Amino acid sequence: MAEPIARLDDVSVSFGERVVLKNCSLEVPDGTIMCIIGLSGAGKSTILRLLDGLIKPDSGHVYLHEHDICHMRESQLIEMRTKIGFAFQFAALFDSMTVGENVSLPLREHTTLSEKEIFDIAMHTLDSVGLAHTYHNMPSELSGGMLKRAGFARAVVTNPEIVLYDEPTTGVDPIVTHLLTDTIKRLRKQLNSTAVVISHDLQSIYMMADYVAMLFEGAIIANGTVEDVRKSNNPIVQQFLQGSEVGPIPL
Amino acid sequence: MAHTLREVEESPTAQAVERVSVGVLASVGRRVSDMLEYTGGLTMLMWETAKTIFRLRIRFAETLNQCYLLGYQSLIIVLLTSLFTGMVFSLESAVQAVQYGFGSFVGGIVSYTVVRELGPMLSAVVVAGRACAAIAAELGSMEVTEQIEALKSLGLAPVRFLVVPRLLALMIMLPLLTIFADVIGVYGGQWIAHAQAHIGTQDFMASARQTVGFEDVVKGLFKALVFAVVIVMIGSYQGLTTKGGAAGVGKSATSAVVTCIILIFILNFVMSYFLYAGA
Repeated sequence: MAEPIARLDDVSVSFGERVVLKNCSLEVPDGTIMCIIGLSGAGKSTILRLLDGLIKPDSGHVYLHEHDICHMRESQLIEMRTKIGFAFQFAALFDSMTVGENVSLPLREHTTLSEKEIFDIAMHTLDSVGLAHTYHNMPSELSGGMLKRAGFARAVVTNPEIVLYDEPTTGVDPIVTHLLTDTIKRLRKQLNSTAVVISHDLQSIYMMADYVAMLFEGAIIANGTVEDVRKSNNPIVQQFLQGSEVGPIPL
Repeated sequence: MAHTLREVEESPTAQAVERVSVGVLASVGRRVSDMLEYTGGLTMLMWETAKTIFRLRIRFAETLNQCYLLGYQSLIIVLLTSLFTGMVFSLESAVQAVQYGFGSFVGGIVSYTVVRELGPMLSAVVVAGRACAAIAAELGSMEVTEQIEALKSLGLAPVRFLVVPRLLALMIMLPLLTIFADVIGVYGGQWIAHAQAHIGTQDFMASARQTVGFEDVVKGLFKALVFAVVIVMIGSYQGLTTKGGAAGVGKSATSAVVTCIILIFILNFVMSYFLYAGA
């Protein structure tokens, strides 16, 4: 396994009475695609938010390049987030801006590039996800799959070191799922970055993942290459991968 | 027949009383805790906003855009509200005043009330109904669609990006709207005083000039400035703390407007008390 770029160390998170993560530890190897799988509500998206510093754990540490982001001030977090891209489940594009303005926004706010350079980079990034023609469209004019790809473009436009994808293939047809999976793989290669992907879609995980981690009841119960996890003896992992109603997972 | 203490404690009536008492105490505790959380959160938001403004981290283009959306687009309703309020105030007072021989004071009474109280307060209430709800709904829908989180994930502070432009815009526009409201309210009153009680324009205006000083106008504008802060901060806080999808957005917008209007009335009294008590 490559050196970790990001790491959760003994992290616990609760929302009110509900314990979401309990002494959870995970390493994200540099330059790979790591997929996190698990039941709905298992806390997968919480892991992404922890890695981006959007929420803080009740206990434990979250490291990015060995810097503990739990103790960073807001100004340090803002600086750190410029190195991280986050593609949200429903894209979360700003609906008062055009697609092009959405993609240009991080460049406009964090760089001193000229308007011409910003336009060129945003257009090039949109082109890399096949959406150059939507630069002047409003997000409401795009289909679900196009919105997700526009979200990818906004997440990667600043060449981040790590890109977090929250359920990128949920709610789209199989062809678009294939297209999105392919886009994630291609972007990782182009940017020479690391990707952490939350997904339920096993086919697309098998297509793109270098490593898979399974989250169950707040802890990682399986972690390794796709083959390692597929061959796991853990009955919970096997029940999840087979999509069976019969097994130790309470329904 | 004598009962032991244990029998009394275990009786159904005593248990029901205990249940109700605990319920009432829990409910009061929850409300106090909610209120403290609201006040604390609002104070933090105001502190963040003040820090951002003092560091001059201002988005001027967006501030101008908000001047148009929050201020200019409220102009017509502010003018109409103020015009008819000035007219009805004059209608009620002018005829009576003439009957009792105080017709020459009507201009002063109308302009005094409009400039010191009705102009700033009515403009604020009207703008609160429109702008506060709009701010809460817009920021609330951004919150539930993860756009606020997206802003943070892009390394952008929602306070600088969303709250500061709206606050600065309304701090500029609400005093301006109040000036328009003052002028149109007084002219509406003058027109009705002339039409219904045959009070001459010159008499009305002379009385207004004698009664209302520049200081009154400035104090009215100060009130408008405070109301602008209340409207934007309440709307923004409600919006940014929205939970629970579309229903949550509606709830945020409604409670923002209600809280805001109540605060405007309370603060109007407090400010009038301190600004005019010595006069």
